[in-house]
This record gives sequence, structure tokens and C-alpha cells, in this order.
Amino acid sequence: MEDYVIEMLHITKEFPGIRANDDVTLQLKRGEIHALLGENSAGKSTLMSVLFGLYQPEQGIIKKDGQEVKISNPNDATALHIGMVHQHFKLVECFTVLDNIILGAEPMKGVVVDRAAARKKVMELSQRYGLKVDPDARVEDISVGMQQRVEILKMLYRDNDILIFDEPTAVLTPQEIDELMDIMRGFKAEGKSILFITHKLAEIKAVADRCSVLRKGKYMGTVDVANTSVEEMSRLMVGRDVQLVSTKDESHPGDVVLQVDNLTVPSKVSKKDAVKHASLQVRAGEIVCLAGIEGNGQTEFIHAVTGLDKPSSGTVTLCGRDITHAPIRRRSKLGMSHIPEDRHKHGLVLDYPLEYNMVLQRYWEKGFQQGGFLKKRVIREYSDRLIEQYDVRSGQGSTTIARSMSGGNQQKAIVAREIDKDPQLLIAVQPTRGLDVGAIEYIHKQIIAQRDAKKAVLLVSLELDEVMNLSDRILVMYEGEIVGEFDPKTTDVQTLGLYMAGAKRMDKEG
Amino acid sequence: MWLLLKYTLLYASVLALVALGGMFSERSGIINIALEGIMVIGGLMGVVAINLFNAAGIPVVLGVILTILISGAAGMLYSSLLAFSAVNLKADQTIGGTALNLLATALAVVIAKRINGSDSPKISYNSTTNKVLSNLNFSFQIGPLTLNWFIVVALAALVAAWFILYRTRFGMRLMACGEHPQAADSVGINVYKMRWCGVLISGLLGGIGGMAYIVPAVGDWNFEIGVAGMGFLALAVMIFGQWKPAGIAAAALFFAVFRAMANIFDSIGFLNALNWPKEIYNMMPFLASMVVLAFTSKKSRAPKAEGVPYDKGSR
Repeated sequence: MEDYVIEMLHITKEFPGIRANDDVTLQLKRGEIHALLGENSAGKSTLMSVLFGLYQPEQGIIKKDGQEVKISNPNDATALHIGMVHQHFKLVECFTVLDNIILGAEPMKGVVVDRAAARKKVMELSQRYGLKVDPDARVEDISVGMQQRVEILKMLYRDNDILIFDEPTAVLTPQEIDELMDIMRGFKAEGKSILFITHKLAEIKAVADRCSVLRKGKYMGTVDVANTSVEEMSRLMVGRDVQLVSTKDESHPGDVVLQVDNLTVPSKVSKKDAVKHASLQVRAGEIVCLAGIEGNGQTEFIHAVTGLDKPSSGTVTLCGRDITHAPIRRRSKLGMSHIPEDRHKHGLVLDYPLEYNMVLQRYWEKGFQQGGFLKKRVIREYSDRLIEQYDVRSGQGSTTIARSMSGGNQQKAIVAREIDKDPQLLIAVQPTRGLDVGAIEYIHKQIIAQRDAKKAVLLVSLELDEVMNLSDRILVMYEGEIVGEFDPKTTDVQTLGLYMAGAKRMDKEG
Repeated sequence: MWLLLKYTLLYASVLALVALGGMFSERSGIINIALEGIMVIGGLMGVVAINLFNAAGIPVVLGVILTILISGAAGMLYSSLLAFSAVNLKADQTIGGTALNLLATALAVVIAKRINGSDSPKISYNSTTNKVLSNLNFSFQIGPLTLNWFIVVALAALVAAWFILYRTRFGMRLMACGEHPQAADSVGINVYKMRWCGVLISGLLGGIGGMAYIVPAVGDWNFEIGVAGMGFLALAVMIFGQWKPAGIAAAALFFAVFRAMANIFDSIGFLNALNWPKEIYNMMPFLASMVVLAFTSKKSRAPKAEGVPYDKGSR
């Protein structure tokens, strides 16, 4: 008889129109690290929300230590010592670290919150588990890594011994990921049981004992991590063989397409400059990747290059023409394509049908309009062709409202539009953010195809795997400056991480 | 000068009470634009209660306390309409609040006319009509300075608001609901309940504030004019005070000076000599609020989740 601390048996949870969990079973052994693997929208988060009391399942039961329990809200979960670090941290930004940890479980002295007692307990936990935090700092001022430590301390403060981590590594640097893995191993050594949600196979290999796989809401089975290859797990997750590493030929860079010199961009939120004297070149037929931790100036840099924002000094040159102050339409006409970071804000008009979104930058061209009137038939044919060619899936084809499409297909639509413009320069900012393995594979192929067609590609990514996999050259940005240039063939993720965290930098000349 | 001080303190206490009410509501995540209407209803019920207690002839001290409580209770009851629409029905809070403002003045006129049994929406509660309990009972004298009990209530409310917000569990949880309701929910806080509490407190303070505006200053009130924009001015005070009790106290004093000038400009020598029409002074607090907010709104930091209905199901 196995010693299961938590058993979720035959859980079914439906939302209007979809069955997010369909007869899913998950058994967590005491003191193990159990990974829950699945693509986006495979139902991982839903399952965990059921365990944490945020959703009520239509069918199925939950057992704790062999006894059936009912978890109808987070308080019930806490009473059963189940704690969760959510994918999007649930922290009140203007509260201090201490207040965030005790919120909902405040120690009281009469009617007053006893912050002194709380501080003592938090500092003890922080020292015991090596989770360094500053209890008086406001959450809005601390790093993402520390925010995560605050979330972990929240669980420990409530004496939880079943810890759920919902995609905890997505926002961390490689070093922080290593630290987190050590912390998780420490919890395991103390007898705590851990559920670890992820879609990154390497992390499962590194830390998990067993792994349960979900695909489209269905339970695909549980495997021993030690005896299962990464490829097998990936096949279980996706249902087919996936190329985890894109293959590409040697690059043969040609002429300089994009030249950025000494670009400085003011920050919107603080008085400091978001980008400081950044320079780079992208040549035809190469993929240059701008790597870095979120919020180090990549967004502002791209906004200045694409014309969404104005730089305070420096120049941007596209194919030999100065476009520093050019309007966006001119940049587009000169051959710049942009797959924006925020596809909802800058990529699509969400309440327009797909066909209009496909011609957003071209509707004024002769073919698409005449005398100020749109040629709807031509637009429809064009849109139909793109949908066909780039395999954009949607409910009603060209007439589908963009908002109703899945994230992956919205992104595919943008990629189709930007690539079909036949650009000289493709700027892709986090093109695979939030997409599942299949869509990522597809978009990576498209980007490499552009490079092979002698286009210049500037890629911004937070995902180091993607950076290593796609780029021909890597530039690391830290606090608005480009602090290092690397060849992916001669560097590794660990080195990049040091530069991304600001621990090292190359000389500007070097 | 004593007159200026009297009116400044009077209006400062009104603005502070109502703005504190707004603060509790918005800190819980509900924009309370209905403060104006809540003030009207609180003031009306307070005045009605004064006349009833006068007729019943109950002791003055008890009468004063009871009428203040009744105005607060009326405000709470009225604000529950906002809470129900904003929290339970997840309706747009600005529209809901605007509807309540429109309704309040209309309702007050109807009730006032009905009470008078005539076509006049004016209710009297001065010492000539009321022998036992009248508006004079709400004021007291310190030397040459006339003060009213609402100043004491406002000061108590300010201290209590600070204590509740920053020292108690309730305050901490209330603020969490206005900043990040999902976070509050995930640690087992009932967001709906906290938001109801926030709105009801705003109703309580708004109702008392409405009475504080009407009763001590004059002996009769024409309900056709509602409370003449004081509720909206209180919103400006709340924003200028950055949703914090100490800031609200300072902002209330600032705007009260302007509002007081409208009452007494003709008794201040140099202002009277200017010979400007009264309307200019009446506009002053609102002009001041526009100027001040235009310059400060950039740094303004409202509760993050205010105005957004909380839906447990959505992610």
C-alpha cells in the first residue's frame, strides 16, 4: 500500500463549452516532488485550482491521507496544510513583504495586528530555509525572484506541508531557477510533498521524482522520471513527436539591414533612462537575439526602433535610411515587420474580424482599396490565402472576430501578416510567449525560414532555451545597456544568466 | 475672522467625513460616485428625525445623538443599493453611482413635498419652528467661536479611520481587496463581504456628512438643490488626500477655506470691496479642485482594482 498524502480521483471540471479536466487522477506520495506536465490549456492550472479550493469539480473526489475531504475554498485548503504559489503571483504590490505574508492569517493582539510576532516568525522561517527577503520592502520595489520567495514564505507561514508550484520558473533567471530547485529539494528532505507544474522537460528531469501528464484535459499517465526520456515525456504531452530543438544551417550574414547607434530611451515609469546608449547591427541572413530579464529595457528599445516610442538620442537606420523619427507606416513600407510583445495591445484589433487584421498595415494599398473604399472581396481572398498557407485555425475563417481566437492562433495570424509583407527586417518580440510546444515549433520554423531567405531577424526573448536555439548572435541587455555579445555555439545558459543578472559585463570595447 | 474659522471648520468636517467614506469604499475596490446622493438622503432623514423628535419632545442630548445615527443609517441603507449593484450584480460602478445621485435628489424632493403637504420642497428645523430640538442644538460655543458636534464626529472618524486602516485586520484585508482582490481571495478573504463593508461604511459617513452640511449652518433646507456638489467636492478631497486619512484631513481643510469664503465674502473687507458676484465665490472650490487635481493627478495612486467588479470565476 502506497503512502499517498493527496489523491485526486477521477476529477472532472467543466467550463462553458470546454471540459478542462476530464476524469483526471493524480496521486501524490508523501515526501516526493511530483511534476504535472502538459501544454498550455491542458488543464494543469484548473486541476490545481480544484485542489486549492478555487473551483469545485463536477465529479471526482479528493483524499488527504486516505480520508475523503471537501475543499470548497482556500481556507479549507489551508486547514489541510495545502499551499500554492500561483503562476501570476498573488501579492498586493503596495503592501510590505511582511503584510503580504501574513494577509489572511494575521496574528492578533486584541484588535491590533501583531506585526512584531509576525516578523519574528517570518524571519525564523526565512533563515531556516535560506529564503532571503526584506520584510519592510514594498512588493512593488522588489525583484521577481524575491516576490517568489515571499509567495513561498506565505505557504510556510501557514505551516503547509503540501506545496503546489504553478509554473514557478517562467519568470526566473537560470541562477534563480537553480536556487529554487535547491529550495524544493530542501523541502523534500524535510518530508514536505511538492506538486510542480511546468511544461519544461529539463526542469522535470532535474528535480522531480515522478511525473503525471495531461493532454487536452485528459490524464495520460504517470511515469518515473528517472526511467523516462525527455522525448517520451514530450510525446505523452503533445501526442506526437516534436522537434524540441530546431535545426538550422550555418548563417551567412550579408549587408547590414538594421543599424542602431547610441540609442537612449527615457523610461515611462521612472526618471532614469530605460535604454542607455545601446548600439547594435543586424545583417541580412542572421538572427540576432536580444536576451535579458524582463524589464531591462528591451521593450523600450524595441518601441524606439519600431516607432511606438521616441528615443531621446541616437539614430536608427534601416537599409541605409535614417528612420529615427520616421512614422510607423514609413518604417513598415521600408521593409520593417514587427511581431509585437503584446499581441492584444499592439498586434491585433481584437474586435475586428480576422480579414481586417490581416491587412492592417496594407489596406491603403492600391490592390486593397479604390477611391477610399475597401475592396472587401480582394481582402477576403487575401486573408483566406494567409489562413490556408499559415494554418491559422479559427471558428469562422476570415470573418472570425480576433478576440475569440486562441492565443496560439492569434499569434500565427500576426506571424502570417508580418512575414507575408516580405520584409527586409523581421522584429519578433517574445514570439512564443504563452504558446504550447506545437505552436512554438511552428513559429520557430517560420523565423528560421525568414533568416534562410536572407532576411534580417531581430529576436527579443526571455526564454533562454529559445535564445540558444534560434540565434546566430546573442546580445545581453541589463538595465538598459548591452553588456555582452555571445556566439550561442561557444557559450552556455549559465554564462548568459550571469550577464543577465548584472553579475558580469564585457568592456564596451570588447 | 472667527466667522471664517467657523465655516472653514464646518465645511472641513463635512468634506472629511464624506471623503473618508469614499476612501473606505474605494479602498475596498468600489468607486463611490454616489456620495452626493448618499449625503442628500442622510441629510433628509436627519432633518426629518429632528422634526419628529422635536414633536415627541425627547431630551436634547439624546435627540442629537439619535438624529446623527439615523442620518448615518439612512446613508448606509441607500448605499446598499450601490453595493448590491456593484458587488452582487457586477454592474458598472460609475453608472450605478450616477443613477443613485439622480434618484436621491428626486426622491428627497418628493418626500419633502409630501411632508410639507404643499408644493414646497423646503423643510424647516430652526428654533422658531422647533421649540425642543432645533439646528441650534447641534452647535456649541467656545469663546467667540461657534463650533458644531460634527467637527468632533469628523475628528473621531479621522482617528478611527487611521487606526482601522493601518492597525487592524479588517483594514488590512479591506485594502487588499481594493488592490488585488484575487490575492485576497487566494488567502481566504471574502472579497464580496469586504466590499459590502467598504460601501456601507461610506454610506454611514456620507449620510452623517450630508446632515453635517445641512443642519448646523442653516435653519431650513430646500432639497431641490440636493447638497450642491459637496459630495463631488469630497471625491476631489479624497483623491487629493491620496486615499489616506491624514491626507484627507489636510485636503478637507484646504477646500473648506474656499467653500467658506463663498458664505462670508461680504463680511471680509477687501473681498467685499472687489464687488465680485457671489457666483464667483461659489465656483471657487470647484475651480480649485480642477487646478489642484490637474497638477497632482500624475502622481496620484488610486487603489489598483477600484472600479473593476470582482468575479470569482474569472482568472
